[in-house]
Amino acid sequence: MPDLVSGSSAAPARPRGADELKFRDPARARELAGAIGHMVAQIGRTPVTVMHVCGSHEQAIAKFGLRQTFPEGLDVIMGPGCPVCVTDLPEVDEAVVLAEDGVRVVTYGDMLRVPGTARSLAEVQSMGGQVDVVYSAAQAVEIARDTTAPVVFFASGFETTAVATAAILVDDPPPNFFVLSAHKYIPPVMEIVAEMPETRIEGFLAAGHAATITGWGIFERFVDRHHIPVVVAGFEPLDILAGLAQLVELIRDGRPAVVNTFPRCVTREGNRIAQQQLWRVFRTTGGNWRGIAHVPNGNLRLRDEFARFDARRQFRVDLKRLWSQAPAALTQRCICGDIMAGISSPEKCALFGKECVPDAPVGACMVSSEGTCRIWHQYGGHPKL
Amino acid sequence: MSSVIDPAAARDHSGRRDPTIVMKHGAGGRAMRRLIQETLTRGFVDVAVDGVGIADMDDGAALRVGDRWLVVTTDSHVVQPAFFPGGDIGRLAISGTVNDLAMMGATEPLGLTCALIVEEGFTFPDLERVQQSMFDACREAGTTVVTGDTKVMGRGELDGVVINTTGVAMADAIVRDNGLRVGDHIIVTGNVGDHGMALMAHRHRLHIDAELTSDVAPLNAMIRDALRARPGAVVAMKDPTRGGLSSALHEMAEKSRVGVLIREELVPVNPVVRAAAEMLGLDPMHVANEGKAVLGVRGDDATVHAVLAALRTHPQGANAAVIGECVATRPGDVVLDTGLGKRLLSEYEGELLPRIC
Amino acid sequence: MCLGVPGRVLEVNGQIAQVDFFGVRRETRLDIIDEPVQPGDYVLNHVGFAIRRIPPHEIEETLALYELLLHEAEHDIMAADVRGEIDATRASAGGPDA
Repeated sequence: MPDLVSGSSAAPARPRGADELKFRDPARARELAGAIGHMVAQIGRTPVTVMHVCGSHEQAIAKFGLRQTFPEGLDVIMGPGCPVCVTDLPEVDEAVVLAEDGVRVVTYGDMLRVPGTARSLAEVQSMGGQVDVVYSAAQAVEIARDTTAPVVFFASGFETTAVATAAILVDDPPPNFFVLSAHKYIPPVMEIVAEMPETRIEGFLAAGHAATITGWGIFERFVDRHHIPVVVAGFEPLDILAGLAQLVELIRDGRPAVVNTFPRCVTREGNRIAQQQLWRVFRTTGGNWRGIAHVPNGNLRLRDEFARFDARRQFRVDLKRLWSQAPAALTQRCICGDIMAGISSPEKCALFGKECVPDAPVGACMVSSEGTCRIWHQYGGHPKL
Repeated sequence: MSSVIDPAAARDHSGRRDPTIVMKHGAGGRAMRRLIQETLTRGFVDVAVDGVGIADMDDGAALRVGDRWLVVTTDSHVVQPAFFPGGDIGRLAISGTVNDLAMMGATEPLGLTCALIVEEGFTFPDLERVQQSMFDACREAGTTVVTGDTKVMGRGELDGVVINTTGVAMADAIVRDNGLRVGDHIIVTGNVGDHGMALMAHRHRLHIDAELTSDVAPLNAMIRDALRARPGAVVAMKDPTRGGLSSALHEMAEKSRVGVLIREELVPVNPVVRAAAEMLGLDPMHVANEGKAVLGVRGDDATVHAVLAALRTHPQGANAAVIGECVATRPGDVVLDTGLGKRLLSEYEGELLPRIC
Repeated sequence: MCLGVPGRVLEVNGQIAQVDFFGVRRETRLDIIDEPVQPGDYVLNHVGFAIRRIPPHEIEETLALYELLLHEAEHDIMAADVRGEIDATRASAGGPDA
């Protein structure tokens, strides 16, 4: 397409800071991809299988078409890294019942279409329920300040997002503000995946933004226990490729260690102030992650000191009435759990692309914009382009 | 060319129908097209039309009158908020219909009808503002409103104001949205995502402080010049409104049965729109436009540049750019070359929502 | 998970900062940031909260890390090649019993 370049002469310059520019440089990306390929070849067996536990890694891989640059012998599996996907049916049901009972529910845009037992919040909204989308936890409090009626913030996300919820709770929110926490804590689920008997995972790419809060030090014990390397990586295309290069290098060298390739955001200790806020407000409890398993210490729930803001303790939520309305058990044929655990992939699911599409999702992986199935459906899985 | 996805299965899926109409049915993606195909056009599609009829799902209809074409289009306009940076519902109502005519190759509207439904409580000054905007937009487009209707509904029975406009025009030749062939070049007439991003910043109380302005404008004068620059060279047109550039390209690729290869770095996007989209986890190619067109151009480099030059003489076309071409591989699909790798460009399903994850 | 967006601090007002994200200005809360920030600093933001001050020298450090990774990969390939050559030389020089 020789004329394309000249045709674009009037296109405006891209809005890039110098740093961003460097982190998206195609030439450097090719070099890093080449380096990964060399090291996979040096390992001398295929596939080399690694898992990332972060939906934003998958999002970036898909958005920038990075999978095309991965060498043949490298399998990069998406693990249970999407907090929206792993939100369990009863958690969605709690929000649905509250909204149906006339309580105003505010939540992040990602949660709106997550299917519950009988319906999603989006469906409650279309039936007249008061459900609002917020982009910031602070905005949820603002909505509560504008009214005297109860406002329930249905809060989802991993520890990165939970610290924002913690911050608004310690900042004296109005008495009509309540939190329904569906927050999740990522380190415990890595243990679950590492201990799965069928697991083929040789290394983990850990989420840079979660580690910004917790620090990379928390992975040291994990590495000691499982002898699997962990690399903390950022989210620009070059960050991901560099993270993978580092991980493959550790696998090649047989060196189970934690390496931080996202030093501009992640330190060994993490963000102490955020950690203090997080653990002041939340405690971990065990709970089901949709399609994965019961994850000990995987759920973040409000401590007793914050009981007066805890929607679970301040509202009587009867979920039973939804159970009789559950649609035909399509969900039973859904293999989201196996997909998120890295032991299956969307094309092996009988529902994928047929009964289960972004428009009418069955499983959680099709719901969220960062769910494996949604991404495969939108971006074509691994088609040859 | 093996893909794990069966596009036909995905597209024809209707296994789980929604019990009622929901917002995604108006969002410009597949759900809306399905609603139109499965419900609204039932029966009408069986009636033979000499020209372009409802079965073609184009921007409007074209009926043969002697050796010319009568082009007709109709559109109801709802927008929240009714007044937004860069325009209002009045300007939108005129521009939308003028542009739908222009996308069929009919760039000289004979006149527009205007039906106004107003909610009780809507203020006179606001209504006058809307009227003034309609008048100004008509003047820009070189047309006028020739007949109209007004209804008032009770408080809460609709949200503010709804405007329906219908446009008619005569054309010697029409341009369809299904005319692409392998080798054709794809032009977009300017920055994408301006309109939708300006509205979204308002709508979700994002407290975003940025120069985000809707691009809403009548495009018929610019399109007329582009068509005249090299007669016959523009072989397909579509305005990338709801669903954004992505939806328009998908529809054109599917209907024309060609693959479309887009180079992301060539797609013009206002830096602020790009930044806002990145913040909200959105792709500017999914975001609505109200003053842009996608053109398929056939011919050598000189032809393409002649069309481009004609577009760029207009302020709305200053950033017009060739963004890709039609290819034989993956007919019906839109492939995006990101510079780092290639991927299928997705079509957004449902209402655009900011995401945090 | 977690859409994180880097931006440049324009002004600080107690626990609230105005931050410029490549042309988009937005209020960002400073409640949970790990160290004090001032105008000109880069911060990483998530759901309206700054979660990290990004020291400029660490952007350089990231880039240096890429170089190191490339170097490591190259280095080991060369090492492997050299080893291969040595092995080949040995083999041709004397055979297994030599």
